[in-house]
Amino acid sequence: MKSLIQKLVQTTGPSGHETKIREVIRTEIEDYADDVRVDALGNLIAVKGNTSSDAKKVMLAAHMDEIGIIATHIDESGFVRFTTIGGVRRHTCIGRWVRFTNGTSGVIGYEYLGDVNKLPTFNQMYIDVGSTSRADCPVRVGDAAAFEGAFSEHGERLVSKAMDDRIGVAVLIETLRHLKKSPNQVYFVFSVQEEVGLRGATTAAYGIDPDIGIAVDVTRSADTPKSIKMDVSLGQGPAIKVRDSGMLSDPRVVDWMVNTADKSKLPYQLEVLEGGTTDARAIQLTRAGVPAGCISIPCRYVHAPSEMVDLKDVQNAVRLLLALLKQEVTLDQ
Amino acid sequence: MTELITFLNSLLTSPGLSGHEGPIRELIEPAWRPVTDEISISRLGSLHGLKKGSAPEPRPTILIAAHMDAIGLMVTSIADGFLRVTEVGGLDARVLPGQLVTVHGRQDLPGVIVQPPAHLLPEGARKGPVPLNNLLVDTGLRPQRVKNLVRTGDLISFAQEPIQLQADTLAGHSLDNRASVAALTLCLDELQKRNHAWDVWAVATAQEEETLGGARTSAFQLRPQLAVAVDVTWGKSTGTPDHKTFPLGKGPTLGLGPNIHPGLHSSFKEVADNLEIPYAIEVMPRHSGTDAYSLQVAAEGIPTMVVSIPLRYMHTPVEVVALKDIRRTAHLLSEFIAHLDSDYMEKLTLEEQT
Amino acid sequence: MSTDSTKINNQPKIGATQIRLLKQLCNACAVSGDEGEVRTIVLEEVRAHADDVQVDALGNVLVTKVGRSSSRKKRLRVMLAAHMDEVGFMITSDEGNGIFRFETVGGLDVRQLVGKPVWIGHDHIPGVIGAKPIHLTTANERKRTIEIDSLRIDIGIEANPKVKIGDRATFATAFARMGPSIRAKALDDRFGVTTLIELIKHAPENIDLLAAFTVQEEVGLRGAQVAAHAFNPDLGIALDSTPAYDLPSWERDHETEENANYNTHLDSGPAIYLADSATLADPRLVRHLVEAAETAKIPFQFRQPGGGGTDAGAIHRARAGVPSVSVSTPSRYLHTAAGIARLSDWKNTFALLYIALSTLTSNVLSSER
Repeated sequence: MKSLIQKLVQTTGPSGHETKIREVIRTEIEDYADDVRVDALGNLIAVKGNTSSDAKKVMLAAHMDEIGIIATHIDESGFVRFTTIGGVRRHTCIGRWVRFTNGTSGVIGYEYLGDVNKLPTFNQMYIDVGSTSRADCPVRVGDAAAFEGAFSEHGERLVSKAMDDRIGVAVLIETLRHLKKSPNQVYFVFSVQEEVGLRGATTAAYGIDPDIGIAVDVTRSADTPKSIKMDVSLGQGPAIKVRDSGMLSDPRVVDWMVNTADKSKLPYQLEVLEGGTTDARAIQLTRAGVPAGCISIPCRYVHAPSEMVDLKDVQNAVRLLLALLKQEVTLDQ
Repeated sequence: MTELITFLNSLLTSPGLSGHEGPIRELIEPAWRPVTDEISISRLGSLHGLKKGSAPEPRPTILIAAHMDAIGLMVTSIADGFLRVTEVGGLDARVLPGQLVTVHGRQDLPGVIVQPPAHLLPEGARKGPVPLNNLLVDTGLRPQRVKNLVRTGDLISFAQEPIQLQADTLAGHSLDNRASVAALTLCLDELQKRNHAWDVWAVATAQEEETLGGARTSAFQLRPQLAVAVDVTWGKSTGTPDHKTFPLGKGPTLGLGPNIHPGLHSSFKEVADNLEIPYAIEVMPRHSGTDAYSLQVAAEGIPTMVVSIPLRYMHTPVEVVALKDIRRTAHLLSEFIAHLDSDYMEKLTLEEQT
Repeated sequence: MSTDSTKINNQPKIGATQIRLLKQLCNACAVSGDEGEVRTIVLEEVRAHADDVQVDALGNVLVTKVGRSSSRKKRLRVMLAAHMDEVGFMITSDEGNGIFRFETVGGLDVRQLVGKPVWIGHDHIPGVIGAKPIHLTTANERKRTIEIDSLRIDIGIEANPKVKIGDRATFATAFARMGPSIRAKALDDRFGVTTLIELIKHAPENIDLLAAFTVQEEVGLRGAQVAAHAFNPDLGIALDSTPAYDLPSWERDHETEENANYNTHLDSGPAIYLADSATLADPRLVRHLVEAAETAKIPFQFRQPGGGGTDAGAIHRARAGVPSVSVSTPSRYLHTAAGIARLSDWKNTFALLYIALSTLTSNVLSSER
């Protein structure tokens, strides 16, 4: 699974520019799904399981986009000015490399500020791709790039850029590969544009009109020195989301996940996230409403170019999903 | 329906935080069942009650929504038997120290929100109001027992009992928006004795305080021709800005702004004027802060109105409401519904009639 | 020192009756200077058990229970003091339509007042202290404490002739049980008052018990001062309640940062005082209390030396001086709407006092301080 993860996280695919990552995923899943399609916004949707019309439709969503930047201006000397895509923070930009979807790479520099302790604004930063003039700069206004961040292994801990949410993508792919059959009709949605407002999942959910929705995404962890206060740590199991700042998980879905994990003797944590939300919110508020929840992979340094997860949590998330999907979904009132 | 105060008291002593409306829904349902023709529950947990109209089918439908969810707290972690918490809905942390709460763990536990002494707080939180994430909840139980009974994600609701004050006013938590749920119930009651052409969907919505998700999804499902959000508004009290607040006991407010259909607003005004029901016009220049924000843009879009009950000290455990404002709101709603004729939609226009 | 073990087994205990009395006393309102409601309960409880009961000029209840054993000369005259008053509010102006301005009486943190129900006057008329809705506040505003000038007591939209300027008010928190704990307002010092009532009802016969239910402790130990003068005792013990700051420190999760300023811990038994800002406890009395506790195997703790004060601060300075000490039941969140204390700590406080008094002889003061 590590090589799959490495392939996924190292592919460039900022929000709205998911073509390349979609092709990588499509290659990985084609042989395992009953049907694979791409919708109008670019969501990749694979279907598997019971095809009868009375089967419950379960929508799983992991977003394949990542945060990044987009070029706004190329100056006469060939420096690229940019704005952000998704929740990019200034302090994670200094000295970082970015890679454009056309393959060009560059490094982020910034104007002389007179004070080394001062953090430049995005307007004071630029990308240096090695060009000397606007004419020889391979970047055009509107080209998008993602941050570079090497993949590395530290025992069970894996580090890379874009763990958010390629690790969720990896969980869905593994689940699809191991799901021999299901009494439910399962939609594996690799969604687009999550980082800019859950846009892909919104339309995918409307199109699928599921009976139940589960997002698989990363969450923060609180097991580092003087971190936020939160009850989630790396390696203690996937986190079953109770709420985040955009959604209250359906309590019936939470109970279903907790009971299934207990029964299957799988480790899990309960997540109350203060800040951020996931595709589950979009699914929940679709049409007449959909009971929705989320399985989160605890992740350190989210939205930095060195996001860290624990492989055990990833594997246990796959096991939990398989356990959930092999039973017919019925929620208690 | 039983006496308003009895019903309201029962609503105020029931939990039902956003996303977990089960307990409050179970109290409303038996009150609605005898005064409606059909009851259902949405996939997000909103309660739908249909009171059929007298016009020939297909009848037009009006949806009246009052959110039933309440604000409160949620456990984020446990430290030495004390609970750390976050909010469900918007809370001013300054009203929290010393409040009585119920922790909904493996069993319901009484608790108190406590403000730790300064030396136990992080630098920067030692003076002035203590932020919510530095407050704790003490259940009076020893640490091991807490570990057995409480887990992360458990809900905490306010335990303040309702208090009857002077001149038929009532203080309590969750009057936002259970005062309006009571008004809807009274309205359904009144409709028993009235002929009305339209179908009425009374909806006790879920999740207003967090996502407005209940109203959005119920409106999508029920596709009414008209929608009315019934909510509370800011009551005038010491230190509140005059232009944004409304006196208690002087009737409901009729909302006016982008979330509200101007023609529908005029119709409500006309009904109130004719019946001499006192009211105030409440200007809502942007987001109305109510379910109307969601209702208006559900599916193809719905002409929407906001009627509000003035409430003092909103989002504290001692919100204060005047019962007669609830009664007047109910009366206005039922009169408006009775006044809707089959061709109301043809006459409804955005532009002022000259 | 010897202790008859049968005496320990047969000794009076805190049980359901005593808890009911504590509940009644906690739910009563007696803001400093207006202690009548608690005084009435005290008088009713002690009258049948006392040799003499007086209400003095300030409102202190002074109860004498004469010993039976040994000769009058050999019996120590022991003054026990528990204050009847509590912190609270006083209505200072009537703004009409049921809205009142108020001031605090005693040491109250203004951050604890907002959003609370209150009981006003002798009829416990309900009111609330409201707050501006969060929707109408700015983020900056929410970083500032809501000062008392912008707070009001609201009794509904009309006046009530029973609420007027000068009336006292308290938090309207009803006494409740929470597993091993109790939750109430005014545990400071209804713990002491209830303990003292019980000690009168079960007075050890080896001493003359001089019980003072004092007024105005929260505004400067004023009742105890005159009570001690009147009693002119051989020694004094103040029975009070003291804070337990045994909460987790914010950094607890990551560092071994110890909470070194806990004052007392719940579940650790009665708190014996060594020093506070009003009194340096008499070491002979401290020694006696410790020996009594150790012999009877009653858990106890020393209150961390520090600020604060009890009626002992007034008693030890009365006339030519009185050897004094304080014993408190620990309680969390004193001077707020809801204190939390362990029943077991109160039981042990009573047990310790009973044993210590029963074994008290003039020997305890025979050596010099």
